[in-house]
Amino acid sequence: MGKDTAFKEREFSAVGTRPLRPDGIDKVTGRARYGADFNMPGQLHGCILRSPHAHASIKNIDTSKAEKLKGVKAVVTRKDFKAKDVDPSLLTVLDNCMAGKTAFYDGHAVAAVAAIDARTAKKALQLIKVEYKVLKHVTDVDEAVKPKAPLINKKCFTKGVDPVPAKASNIAAVSEFGHGDVEQGFSEADIIIERNYKTGQAHQGYIEPHACVASYSPDGSADMWVCTQGHFDFRAQCAGILGMDASKLRVTSSEIGGGFGGKTHLWIEPVTLALSRKANRPVKLVMTRDEVFRASGPASATSIDIKMGVTKDGTITAAHAELRYASGAYEGGWAKLGAMTAFACYDLKNVKTIGYEVLVNRPKTAAYRAPSAPMAAFAVESMMDELAEQVGIKPIDFRLKHVAKEGTRSSYGPVYGPIGIGPTLEAAKNHPHMKAKLKANQSRGMACGFWFNFGGQSCSDLNIEPDGSATITVGTIDVGGARASLALVVAEELGIPYQQVKAVIADTGSLGHNDMTHGSRGTFASSLSAIDSCRQAIQELCKRAAILWDIDPEDIAWEKGEAHAIGKSKGNLPPLSLVNLAQSAEKTGGPISGHSQIVADGAGVSFATHICDVEVDQETGQTKIARYTVIQDAGKAVHPTYVEGQFQGGAAQGIGWALNEEYIYGEDGRLQNPGFLDYRIPVCSDLPMIDTQILEIPNPNHPYGVRGVGETSIVPPLAAVGNAVSAAIGVRMTQVPMSPPRILAALDAAESQ
Amino acid sequence: MTKVASRVIHLWGGLRPAVNGAESVEVCASTIRELMRVLAKQYPALQPFIEEGIAVSVDGTIYRDDWSQKLPDDAEVYLLPRIEGG
Repeated sequence: MGKDTAFKEREFSAVGTRPLRPDGIDKVTGRARYGADFNMPGQLHGCILRSPHAHASIKNIDTSKAEKLKGVKAVVTRKDFKAKDVDPSLLTVLDNCMAGKTAFYDGHAVAAVAAIDARTAKKALQLIKVEYKVLKHVTDVDEAVKPKAPLINKKCFTKGVDPVPAKASNIAAVSEFGHGDVEQGFSEADIIIERNYKTGQAHQGYIEPHACVASYSPDGSADMWVCTQGHFDFRAQCAGILGMDASKLRVTSSEIGGGFGGKTHLWIEPVTLALSRKANRPVKLVMTRDEVFRASGPASATSIDIKMGVTKDGTITAAHAELRYASGAYEGGWAKLGAMTAFACYDLKNVKTIGYEVLVNRPKTAAYRAPSAPMAAFAVESMMDELAEQVGIKPIDFRLKHVAKEGTRSSYGPVYGPIGIGPTLEAAKNHPHMKAKLKANQSRGMACGFWFNFGGQSCSDLNIEPDGSATITVGTIDVGGARASLALVVAEELGIPYQQVKAVIADTGSLGHNDMTHGSRGTFASSLSAIDSCRQAIQELCKRAAILWDIDPEDIAWEKGEAHAIGKSKGNLPPLSLVNLAQSAEKTGGPISGHSQIVADGAGVSFATHICDVEVDQETGQTKIARYTVIQDAGKAVHPTYVEGQFQGGAAQGIGWALNEEYIYGEDGRLQNPGFLDYRIPVCSDLPMIDTQILEIPNPNHPYGVRGVGETSIVPPLAAVGNAVSAAIGVRMTQVPMSPPRILAALDAAESQ
Repeated sequence: MTKVASRVIHLWGGLRPAVNGAESVEVCASTIRELMRVLAKQYPALQPFIEEGIAVSVDGTIYRDDWSQKLPDDAEVYLLPRIEGG
């Protein structure tokens, strides 16, 4: 935990302002260096051969012709990763990056080439002969759990059930949460609704594809430049796969063109290192968009059976959900997250959720912004609207009637401390959007969302430069504006202008381990560490002033960027500014800095409420978002523009998931739409300006009250849009995306009944 | 040395098979580190879960890594999966 994390109500001078972002000009002028922008002298072009089959045994790989091709410097297969080198806990990570005996999905890597140019490398891929034995496949989550479904992993015996099953299946694990007696609760209900909800497999859709450059030296050390959300974790995992000491691998992160969880996992990096090791040359490998879709982790496809009971006066008596989340061919923990978050917004007497992690022949599932929560919220929040309608209560009042508050036992276990779901609902109820009259052909929906926020290991250096400016160096990647936020925090602590502070992200050789940017931890955790570093530097500055004045350091206070002598006998000394102290550092003990290494915990859970107006063309099935509002608790918005951007970005992604985004597989188990033409993410013209309202309910575990804000805003949109569309067409939509064909099919089905 | 009183530790469903199906267990611990040590000793079947990662909710605030955190006498302590985000 940070050294001083207790919230102190205070007036801010820098925090809460909206200065220009430090990375802005470089990003809009093309000067910023993303993963694919890094190059080295003599670098080779790397590319990967991928399975065309959804499920196949790999009988043999003949690379001899490719190796003989002029210009080819290395070909690697799984044989190039020696079993003795690989940390056993990373075997499945390696298996996903380079298949062993089985190709588990369309797009699974089976071999890789490094050659002098792209043309030669691609030609070499064509010369690699892979002998496959095609196996039966299953890509649908509900088909995969059937007893006669093709078995993906013969060693998969369901975890989390007692006793462990004697027979292998595609259910990797089961997890259960809840309290009370749901059967008793249902017996007390006047109305019970049961439904199945499905969500399509959505990709994070980051604009920048995965890219890295690796340079492995014959002395066993290596450098890697990579687009990632966590270069320290990438280092640890790559070193663990290649049998290296972590200290011998230095990883430098690039600017990041979106991650949203997809860049918290390895996909190409160990392969690029292995190619460089074998070729003894630097190797650059950049995924194509087709590869990004086929072989880097989307979110789970899901199928959720939900049952809720309510009395005539509108009291929920029981809630039950079984959630099946596809995790690709490797065990994940995604259904567990869905089961934990599903009913977290509400105070329920009897609640039970069961999550099933299901193996399918699809790419390995990765985290996607509040992973697993949007799908569960789609089911629960749709049901909340339906129940509200049944008992004749407005959706917002029905939610307020059951809203979780301090002292409520959460559906995932613990009793809540102070939380913000109630205030977001109250704000929504009073928001001009909620009160606005709908235009003809418009309908309104709303939904709530929950997400955990994290902290984690954080390390930072604060250096006072000789001219009195300050550099804050952190090791947690800036994905969504952390450098601006951290510069504001340092300006606040030191009492100097924002423009006098530079925030940089260190490589893995320059700081201790920092956890990756996930769980909305970036600003929360790094700011705790930065504050700690600043306060150490201030202690040192006061000591230096004491030396110059020849008085006791305890007789010095740091105020507004200056050292002030205090006390009757010294009060007449003129203050020493940061610039004075920095310029005299050479004579008072050398460089002035602060260093912090902490485990930041206590980020506090997060809630949001969204309001959505839609227009649905009932002839074409097309949905237009007419108005959208996000209301969320930020604790304290360090840079409000960035916070609003996070709210808007999450909502935009959720709207895309709700209306269009979906992996479509053919009967052959191959992905049919691995490109942005056929996998349609929203563009500016698809969306209205998304309104935001930041609530600031301080987090007691941060000196400024900061919470994480990056993820929760993607949780409500699937249901908010779903509730609006259902109201518009008079049919309950139970599957996302609610694409035009699906809406027309729902209308046809309703008409034929 | 002050004797630490026994306290109730609530478990999420996934841990219960490791403690004979109980929803909670009683242990003596004043910090998360001590709690993990005592749990592993009293219930060896929990050891793999502890190694894989367990988060601890103390009065609703979730601690994933900070094992130095104190457990106040009257606090509700709930063990949860150590989950990941995006």
